[in-house]
Amino acid sequence: MSIAAKTNTLWEYANPRKFLATSERVLPFFWMSSLLCLVVGLTWGFFFTPDDYKQGSTVKIIYLHVPAALMAINCWLMMLATSLVWLVRRHHVSALAARAAAPVGIVMTLIALATGAIWGQPMWGTWWAWDPRLTAFLILFLFYLGYVALWEAIEDSDTAADLTSVLCLVGSVFALLSRYAVNFWNQGLHQGASVMRAAAVTGADTEEKVSNIYFYPLLLCIIGFVLLFITLVLYRTGTEIRARRIKALLARERLNG
Amino acid sequence: MIALLLRDLKLAFRAGGGFGLGLAFFLIVTVLVPFSVGPQSSLLSTIAPGVLWLGALLACLLSLDRLLALDWEDGSLDLLATAPLPLEAVVSIKALAHWLTTGLPLVLAAPFLGVLLNLPVPGFFWLVISLLIGTPAMSVIGTFGAALTVGLKRGGLLLSLLVLPLYVPTLIFGAEVARRGATGMETQTPLLMLAGITAATIALLPFASAAVLRINLR
Repeated sequence: MSIAAKTNTLWEYANPRKFLATSERVLPFFWMSSLLCLVVGLTWGFFFTPDDYKQGSTVKIIYLHVPAALMAINCWLMMLATSLVWLVRRHHVSALAARAAAPVGIVMTLIALATGAIWGQPMWGTWWAWDPRLTAFLILFLFYLGYVALWEAIEDSDTAADLTSVLCLVGSVFALLSRYAVNFWNQGLHQGASVMRAAAVTGADTEEKVSNIYFYPLLLCIIGFVLLFITLVLYRTGTEIRARRIKALLARERLNG
Repeated sequence: MIALLLRDLKLAFRAGGGFGLGLAFFLIVTVLVPFSVGPQSSLLSTIAPGVLWLGALLACLLSLDRLLALDWEDGSLDLLATAPLPLEAVVSIKALAHWLTTGLPLVLAAPFLGVLLNLPVPGFFWLVISLLIGTPAMSVIGTFGAALTVGLKRGGLLLSLLVLPLYVPTLIFGAEVARRGATGMETQTPLLMLAGITAATIALLPFASAAVLRINLR
């Protein structure tokens, strides 16, 4: 999406009606393609790839774990971008999209944490370790919780959008800071623990290490998760817009007596 | 600005509450820790720096919802917002007053509580230093949280949920300084990081706090 190049076409969707019309038109395709990618990717991954010689069949958790973790972070980035758009250009759709994305992000973070724990139990012998990567994800989860809680707590929707946007900006800085602080903290505790090396396997830096047999279904799963995320966010944003409309209609009705 | 600072300090002293409450909370947390983990002095001295840092952090958190809420309720916050003083300055002064009434007493009390937890001797110096550098950041971040939730009826719990994740970097580096100091390791790197966080939050966060406060006062 090159914003600078096609300014006119992108900003058109700041109009809720235009947004709804377009999203309704494209949503079925997104539903179908994300489902297709996920079904094919997961089936391929679960049933048609061999077991790892060391990890056995637990290696297949990768097909859920990596895409979910990826989307959990990208969802926050998307919220950051939409919050910025709201603060700068005051497009309501943008604020509502951030609001709609947050619960999806929470679920993705939870999936990543849960599958990570399930994977960690047989591999590292523990459900949870205070490894930097794991800890940073837990902190991200807390940020999501605070963000959603703030949205829920404020009645006036414009104020809520403003406050959550600022929180998202400040939170991003602190989340990034925490990510590196946590890195420092655990190395200071026990350097070069075996968990750290094991944890590197779960992260993005192993993409080139994962052999091709696992990589292609994984790629398909990642694409599927991205599409699913887009679908859910478009769908939920539409719901938010409609909820906002109903509110406005009810208020108008009360006004007219 | 100085008048505002003096006013806030006077209010804090005369209303009692905030000043003593944070210290008492700090004391209670410290006293409860041996009950929960057992009285072995070796164990206590290992966890002492972390416990003291956590106690100070929670005591700081406890006093945050009074930081702006009282002024919000009696309307003086609206007056301050329309005063010639920029809101950024008001917020900074508020944070400073909070630090003077909450952070500084905690820093001064920490060594005495360190005795209770059998903190190793070299740890005292580093504990005080780390708290002295870290608590201003906690006040400034807390002011941001207080500004976010000022208009809410039950903001207290939400405030903790919002502020605690923001405290993570400060806590990590601060407790790291105290812990390393207690075990005689070099403390320069975390100390510099802690100082950096404090300096950056003092410099930048008042703008965010003021922006948020403007939205809330709208």
